[in-house]
Amino acid sequence: MFSEEEIQKVEELKSHYPSNLSAVMGTLHMMQDKYGMISDEAITYVAKLLDVPEEKVLGVVTFYEMYHQHKTGKFKLQVCTNVSCMLRGSDMVLQTIKDKIGIGIGEMTDDTVFSVHEAECLGSCGTAPMMSVNKDYHENLTPEKINELIDALKAKA
Amino acid sequence: MTDYQPVLLPGTPDLHKIDVYEQHGGYQQARKAMGMTPEEIIEIVKGSGLRGRGGAAFPTGLKWSFMPKDGEKPSYLCVNGDESEPGSFKDRQIFEFNPHLMIEGILITGRALRIKAAYIYIRGEYEAWVQMVEKAVADAYAKGYVGEKMKETFGVDFSCEIYVHRGAGAYICGEESSLMNSIEGIRPYPRVKPPFPAQVGLWGCPTTINNVETIANVPVILDKGPDWFKSIGAEKHPGPILYGISGHVNKPGVYDLPTGMLLTELINDVAGGVPNGKKIKMVIPGGSSMPPLRGDELEGVRMDAESLKEVGSAIGTAGIMVMDEDTDLTRILTRITHFYKVESCGQCTPCREGTGWMLKVLNRMLEGNGTPSDLDLLHDVANNIEGNTVCALGDAAAWPVKFTIERFRKELEAELER
Ligand SMILES: Cc1cc2nc3c(=O)[nH]c(=O)nc-3n(C[C@H](O)[C@H](O)[C@H](O)COP(=O)(O)O)c2cc1C
Ligand code: SF4
Ligand code: FES
Repeated sequence: MFSEEEIQKVEELKSHYPSNLSAVMGTLHMMQDKYGMISDEAITYVAKLLDVPEEKVLGVVTFYEMYHQHKTGKFKLQVCTNVSCMLRGSDMVLQTIKDKIGIGIGEMTDDTVFSVHEAECLGSCGTAPMMSVNKDYHENLTPEKINELIDALKAKA
Repeated sequence: MTDYQPVLLPGTPDLHKIDVYEQHGGYQQARKAMGMTPEEIIEIVKGSGLRGRGGAAFPTGLKWSFMPKDGEKPSYLCVNGDESEPGSFKDRQIFEFNPHLMIEGILITGRALRIKAAYIYIRGEYEAWVQMVEKAVADAYAKGYVGEKMKETFGVDFSCEIYVHRGAGAYICGEESSLMNSIEGIRPYPRVKPPFPAQVGLWGCPTTINNVETIANVPVILDKGPDWFKSIGAEKHPGPILYGISGHVNKPGVYDLPTGMLLTELINDVAGGVPNGKKIKMVIPGGSSMPPLRGDELEGVRMDAESLKEVGSAIGTAGIMVMDEDTDLTRILTRITHFYKVESCGQCTPCREGTGWMLKVLNRMLEGNGTPSDLDLLHDVANNIEGNTVCALGDAAAWPVKFTIERFRKELEAELER
């Protein structure tokens, strides 16, 4: 499931720790980025690659929010609804998204381009309201900014 | 403190680049530290009065002195950049604008604690910032400031490695023992203490865990001296601190200022006051886990551990959340409780079950089906969580509920009427 180059990267990761188990998280991040989810096959593959028990890898996958065992949209809109964002308009953010692409929290568009997720505080409280789209942060959101952003993402889809 | 000049985030253009950092005296304090004994460094940090910026305000020099001076096992440093407490967004600024200050702090701390390696733990969602820090670490290696080459660069018989470990979305991993389990690659349930990390930490070896901002203060102490540091801000909790001000203020953001400033000055002057001249209903002074204060009781309250303790709260991460007079407290409390419920690792029954019950009751109140006795019920449940759990997330979940009920009962009862 990994290229030669990716396997090299895993080797480098392993060298950071006295135990291969520690490299599980980093390797899973690479899987998640490459395939957009962590499949059963990926869990077996990572366990073999790192020579660690499969249950251990599964235990890590299921604990953390960022490893998905199911497909999400190509663009994951993670809207922070925690306190500082709520105070500054996370309701507006969700409503604008809903008006624009017709979906709310926990839903995905039929073409699987977008999914919307409720996020906990993402460490951008001073530039609230905010959401992240995959790894990018979008801050100080307004309805105009959100509409423009979604148009730009649609063009890239 | 009008003459205070920011030192953690001085605003120097391109300071995140290693060449610029060096031009401004960067890595000179690491050089100085390599010529000192570990004990000398620890004494200086003790003398500065530096206290941890990660939440508990524990004296840093004292924490370091718990580490063994010799032994068979290697020692480790974990730099805590999990930054997932709602209302906290300061460490990200160091990653982005002054990462070498943190790296230099790691080298000095590393020398003081005789470490083999340091792990900078960064929350998974900060992927872009992970890359920035990885770049800064790689540049420091390339210049010979980190790793084997240190010996030659600094002419010292000591070296340590620095690695970045990326989290994957779990607030609990900011708790120090959970963080260590996360680095070890096992399910990150907090550990029962004792034993404490200085004895049994990462891979069973002596370990110290410090917040990113704590570590960033270390080169500043060596540069300006412990007496300078002690003279900044509050006497018992001195030094520069990053205040993160959010919510209903005109100029939210992170501000590098002395500890011990008046909350009212921070809100009204530094952060530009409340929009539309509204009154303040509630302020949470240190991230969502800390007991909230009434807006009409802020006069004279200062942002340091002692002053906040006096008024029944705590400094936490110095993330100040401001809520104006129109804020729906039931909704805020529900959202905060939702956070702790989903972030509870589930290991202790009071935390796992208690957060669920509280959320159920709060949701009932939010839907207009609550009664005043629900407030007593909530208070009871919170009391049963507090102090009865393996880690401090339990208290963090209990405090907002308990103290909001104690301090805002009238307001909450009025909201029940809707
Ligand atoms: C649930 C929970 C989450 C925490 N999250 C963080 C965090 O994100 N960053 C941090 O520095 N400390 C966090 N802490 C505090 C750490 O356990 C630890 O006290 C701190 O990193 C020590 O650093 P300091 O002495 O430099 O403050 C958290 C504690 C708890 C109980
Ligand atoms: S208090 Fe909560 S988060 Fe902490 S160990 Fe217990 S169940 Fe887990
Ligand atoms: S509350 Fe939304 S980023 Fe912190």
